[in-house]
Amino acid sequence: MYKLITVTALLSVFIGNAWAETDAEKGKAIAIESDRRDTGFVDFTVQMTMELINRKGVKSDRVMRQKIIEREGGDKSIVVFDFPRNVKGTALLTHSHIDDDDQWLFLPKVGRVKRISSSNKSGSFVGSEFAYEDMSSQEVEKYTDYLLLKTEPCGDLMCNVIQRRPVDEDNSGYSKQILWVDVDEYRVQTIQFFDFKKAHLKTLTFSGYQQYAGQFWRADKLAMVNHVTGKSTNLIMKDYQFKVGLKEVEFRKKSLARVR
Amino acid sequence: MKFQFTMGLVLSLFAAQVSAVDISGWASFEAIGFVHQGQDPDQRNNSVSFALQPEFFVELEGGKNSFLFVPFYRFDGNDKARTHADIRELKWTFIGDDEWELHVGVGKVFWGVTESLHLVDIINQTDLVENPDGEEKLGQPMINLALVKEWGTIDLFLMSGFRERTFPGKTGRFRSIPFVDTDHAIFEAKNKQAHVDWAVRYSHAFGDWDVGLYHFSGTSREPLLAPVINRNLEVVLVPIYNLIDQTSIDVQSTKGAWLLKLEAITRSGQGERFFASVSGVEYTFNGVFSTQADVGIIMEYLYDDRGNKAATPFEDDLFVGMRVAFNDTQDTDLLAGMIIDLSRHSRTFSVEANHRINDNLQASLQGQIFENTRKDVVLDALRDDDNVRLDLKYYY
Repeated sequence: MYKLITVTALLSVFIGNAWAETDAEKGKAIAIESDRRDTGFVDFTVQMTMELINRKGVKSDRVMRQKIIEREGGDKSIVVFDFPRNVKGTALLTHSHIDDDDQWLFLPKVGRVKRISSSNKSGSFVGSEFAYEDMSSQEVEKYTDYLLLKTEPCGDLMCNVIQRRPVDEDNSGYSKQILWVDVDEYRVQTIQFFDFKKAHLKTLTFSGYQQYAGQFWRADKLAMVNHVTGKSTNLIMKDYQFKVGLKEVEFRKKSLARVR
Repeated sequence: MKFQFTMGLVLSLFAAQVSAVDISGWASFEAIGFVHQGQDPDQRNNSVSFALQPEFFVELEGGKNSFLFVPFYRFDGNDKARTHADIRELKWTFIGDDEWELHVGVGKVFWGVTESLHLVDIINQTDLVENPDGEEKLGQPMINLALVKEWGTIDLFLMSGFRERTFPGKTGRFRSIPFVDTDHAIFEAKNKQAHVDWAVRYSHAFGDWDVGLYHFSGTSREPLLAPVINRNLEVVLVPIYNLIDQTSIDVQSTKGAWLLKLEAITRSGQGERFFASVSGVEYTFNGVFSTQADVGIIMEYLYDDRGNKAATPFEDDLFVGMRVAFNDTQDTDLLAGMIIDLSRHSRTFSVEANHRINDNLQASLQGQIFENTRKDVVLDALRDDDNVRLDLKYYY
């Protein structure tokens, strides 16, 4: 969450004078405002269930826990797997940065902490339709060429429709993304992902938004549909706890080996 | 009455403190098929075996204190030495307020970065009867104090209750010729297993570089083997456990899809001081052939300056391997590798595949081939042990 209060204040002025901006500036301003509203959460924990559904509708579940601490220059997170049982205790530590993240994987079977390459942004996260880049922290600076396309109704709400392009063209799986962001609370409602042939690859739909700690909006369900393979993944979030007093020391490599 | 009251009070106090209790584990069925008869007529052929490893975990005060117990048992129909029990872990962990943690009890610690050989990994003894690849370890009694600082982690270890390496018995496969008689091990330390070993390790991630340095002083986990004649007038090998001093470094640099790795040790106490290393690279291709699969190519060079006198067969060897992660819902993966001895020309091939059949059941298939082992004494004992191993694990 890279930002300065003065910059934000300045941008608020810009938003106030939206008529004076280009669509590119408006698009970026929406992304910055959405990010600003989610700044200051300090830390949170959440229980996650991933339902992987294949073309025939056969389901397979992954259960995991995540904890995140907010940091200047990039958040730090740990995901611990609980199910299926053979991967129980496997944990992924991520120190996010604007460029490549630092990632370590803990393999409980051998007690080994392994630094892994994070350049695999387009790769599937645990066999799901979510790529690593979809799961990682969504910093404004990870994208470029923001553009406000239009404003239109999205369900019961009104949404700004913005386009963005990943900065890391070499490793990202997307040529562009189109986001529907509601005008009231700047919550992402839908993301469409496009591959390098400009074909519509996937759609991610957020639902069941709830507000936590009097400020932060989180969706209960993220539904990703892959239009090419016909497969889909539902990510169901439960038991969000904000400002639980996590310490930075819990997000070091050494601590990973005792996360259970 | 009073007892019941006290018990009730203790239990409720305990319950109030307990923030998580978790019981899990696995049970496994394993079958190994051999292509050839054993080199030694005493060795049996195909084997069937069962193993259990439950895990009990209790967390108190939101994780400040925790307790872990992981016993292990294997029954093997062919080899008495392979039927064995172990405490893999039995430890209490205390997390200090800020930047320290304390682990007391039987623990498991892994150090290192390379794939073909875990040269710097020294805290735990190898449970060699489990698998000739040496990946399985015995629990080690220890006190481990870790200082987790901004500038890196310092781990201090005090260890006693030395664990002797397990070796396949007379009727077992994957063994030396003659077999190792573990009842007559020789220790350099006067107080044998009670000798106190210590180790200090510094580790830290400097940007893309993960670095670890340590010094270990105590009884060598890797024994030398000496031939003797036992009471039955058989020639057997006995393990000799010398006191050693070992200094070591492990480094990994993570540059995009490239991983550069180095493990190196220098050890004194087993004859002349020697140097050994494993160094190499790993490169991962993501989403090959427009699938979700990742393919990693690994190349490592294994060196030991004792040359032909080395206790391991890896004195001038090249490892070439390939890892495929299919990224499917069953987490299917495959690891195939080949170790070529550049000076003695032996070749070892190995393949391992894992596939989850359902939420609880995982199958793994392993195979090994030993070729042209003539000039390599250690490997030549395995020349007739080409095998296929199926392991079915039920996780709960």
